Amino acid sequence: MTGRVFALLKRDLARLLLGGRGGGALMPVLFFLSVAMLYPFAVGPDAPLLARTGGGVIWVAALLAAILPLDRLVEPDIEQGQFDQWALRGISEELVIAVRVLAHWLSFGPPLMLATLPAAALLGLEAGTLGIVELGLLAGTPGLAALGVTVAALTAGLRGGTALAGLLVIPMAVPILIFGAGSLAIGGESGLALTAAASLVLLAIAPFAGGAAVRAARG
Amino acid sequence: MQEAKIAIRDLACRRGDRVLFRGLSLALNAGEALQVAGSNGIGKSSLLRIVAGLAPAFAGTVEREGTIGLVDERSALDTSQALGDALAFWARTDGTSQSAAQATRDRLGLTDLLDVPVRYLSTGQKKRAALARLIGQAAPLWLLDEPLNGLDVHAIELTEAIVAEHCAGGGIALVASHQPFRIEGLQRLTLADFAP
Repeated sequence: MTGRVFALLKRDLARLLLGGRGGGALMPVLFFLSVAMLYPFAVGPDAPLLARTGGGVIWVAALLAAILPLDRLVEPDIEQGQFDQWALRGISEELVIAVRVLAHWLSFGPPLMLATLPAAALLGLEAGTLGIVELGLLAGTPGLAALGVTVAALTAGLRGGTALAGLLVIPMAVPILIFGAGSLAIGGESGLALTAAASLVLLAIAPFAGGAAVRAARG
Repeated sequence: MQEAKIAIRDLACRRGDRVLFRGLSLALNAGEALQVAGSNGIGKSSLLRIVAGLAPAFAGTVEREGTIGLVDERSALDTSQALGDALAFWARTDGTSQSAAQATRDRLGLTDLLDVPVRYLSTGQKKRAALARLIGQAAPLWLLDEPLNGLDVHAIELTEAIVAEHCAGGGIALVASHQPFRIEGLQRLTLADFAP
């Protein structure tokens, strides 16, 4: 069984991190950096204002970047018949979804945390703020990954599923955004703890909700 | 090979509001092969999916002994990956040995295609690749949905030979096809006889 899980994780990472035609992890990172680059152009070179609001902009950019790969997360495997083949081999949908959440997080969480360094420089964030943003992303992005995979499974096979998935993720990601970005304002650990708690709830739900959605899509 | 047996009792299948067939009973023991024939849309694929446990039966029961290998119109190979990588994933999942996988690829004429992305393969090439995946799985119960679609004359003969060998080795093959499938001792079932 462990061998199968590793084979699955390796395949998912090859698809999501290195990416085929979808661009892999590069597209969300480039999108994230472009937002960080555009923001100073839009609000003007007011250094104190940028430093005060930059953390929040990074959070919004990270949330939107997490939406980009949604259409590649679950739907191709339903369409091409992989989920049926896994079911025949006794590999449950829940296990596949759990591995998918991990692979999805690895392909956008750490890359975004790295990209936050140049983004923080563009926005003129202070070292302390940058530290809280990075810790917040570490606590929040696993939740965003779980949410993304769940919603991708729920909307797989629907017409306009990708657009719908994006719209569904945004309101459900609001708690993570409030706690994550909120920890900047109060500068404390409680915000980070609440972000991590919201993430854990989503991580716990994702395999079961996603697995049930995949089975329902089989019809 | 594991024990192999399929027993279907009084099976009925419904798609939407329509009952496709009812009162279907059959039993297959180790070494037997059955072709389900019938025109398009009569429920051949639905029957296979019910037997595989991927779709619910409207009525009746299906008993299986042994794991199931399924080949249908979807190859379950990643279109973005090279064929070699896509097949290697299933070989790792099924624990197929390197040498066995190599022999299967050679036999099915896939060795020259390993670098080609799956999305560039033709229908027949994808079908052969799916067959390689099925052989590597080493499941005793084979469910084949239109296995000859898109295959050339040589590949059709090869597929028939592979299925015949599988049955000779104690496996069971359930073939849904509107084309003639020529192997020795093949039983035939006309699904139209069970239309409501």
